[in-house]
Amino acid sequence: MLKVLGGVIQRDLVLAFRRRSDVLTTVFFFVIVTTLFPLGVGPEAELLRAMAPGIVWVAALLASMLSLGRLFALDLADGTLEQLVLSAEPLTVIVVGKVVAHWLVSGLPLVILSPLLAVQFGLASDAIAVLSASLLIGTPVLSLFGAVGAALTLGVRGGGVLVSLLVLPLCVPVLIFGSGAVGAQASGLGSSAHLQLLGGVFAGAAVLTPWATAAALRIALE
Amino acid sequence: MMLQAHQLSCARGDRSLFNGLSFEIKPGEALWVSGSNGSGKTSLLRLLCGLTQPEEGTVSWNGRNIRTLREDFHRDLLYVGHAAAVKDDLTAWENVAMVSRLSGQPCSQGDALEALDQVGLLSKAGLPTRALSQGQRKRVALARLALKPTPKLTVLDEPFNALDQTSIHRLSDTLNQHMASGGMVVYTTHQPQSLRPSRLHQLDLNQASSSC
Repeated sequence: MLKVLGGVIQRDLVLAFRRRSDVLTTVFFFVIVTTLFPLGVGPEAELLRAMAPGIVWVAALLASMLSLGRLFALDLADGTLEQLVLSAEPLTVIVVGKVVAHWLVSGLPLVILSPLLAVQFGLASDAIAVLSASLLIGTPVLSLFGAVGAALTLGVRGGGVLVSLLVLPLCVPVLIFGSGAVGAQASGLGSSAHLQLLGGVFAGAAVLTPWATAAALRIALE
Repeated sequence: MMLQAHQLSCARGDRSLFNGLSFEIKPGEALWVSGSNGSGKTSLLRLLCGLTQPEEGTVSWNGRNIRTLREDFHRDLLYVGHAAAVKDDLTAWENVAMVSRLSGQPCSQGDALEALDQVGLLSKAGLPTRALSQGQRKRVALARLALKPTPKLTVLDEPFNALDQTSIHRLSDTLNQHMASGGMVVYTTHQPQSLRPSRLHQLDLNQASSSC
């Protein structure tokens, strides 16, 4: 079972590496959107500091939507998805592998870049640490929810818009707790409550969404 | 080992493709599904693999419904469909290795190269498949048949399409060997082929009646 899991992750990472431009689109989108805000809003440090967590989180949310379309669509087009469904290992395991690979490619770079981007909003170092931590717990949730949306809209015309309509509302709690954590830290309340709630959402999503995604993929192939 | 279809019916939208289809395939036997375009050949093969559910009837493997067996059935099944499941960005040998690994039977680079050698593509093994022709891509997909152990049941949708004469002979030989060692083959094709199963069931979907 672990062999197949590793196989899926390795395959998706190799494919992503061979198509670097697709991966870099997500990262550049994130960098550019977060960079444009300080330029547009102006150099008022207080205002920027207050806006920073929200902006970084919304940008991360939208950036993760960008890459969702590719999660299963290419596999459906070339017939690989049929082979995945017919694998001797459970489809749920394969889905987990694909989500992990998706996160490594489109979520982890955002987490790594976020401290650098947070500097231009003048955030204090402890706030930056909390922001990165919240992204570290939150971006996998975006990938997990996104996989359900991507599987449900597979083969649907205009699926790209539909997937955003489906997934973005589900991600509202993640956005609230994620950006709220930084605000709570700054106001002296401590961020642990927000981060723990975020962790709870992550745990719930990790258990439930792979099943939902696998079921949606089976329906998409019918 | 036995694949059984019992009173299968399939409909696409309001149009019924076939009704009350029953047959039985035992080790060493083959089922040749023929019929005009749109008669439901691919739909039947997908039903037999469990990719779609029949309107009515059941498909069973060793007497048990494939819906309840699922992964246990997949272990004995090799399906090569219309879409070749070949990734443009991967090289030929990577494609063979990855697909077999995903299907739960990992193979080494050496095994993959050997399989490609059997379909006459060893010299192209290191090329990305985007550089290969249609027929060569098909051969990359069919190279899985040469990996050992071959699953008991192979379901092939138009395997001979786009292949040259030499490759058709090679494929026929591989399938004949497979059946001689107790395998079963379900395939569709428009051309008459030289497969020599112990017993060939022929199913013409235009008449939608089984000769077995």
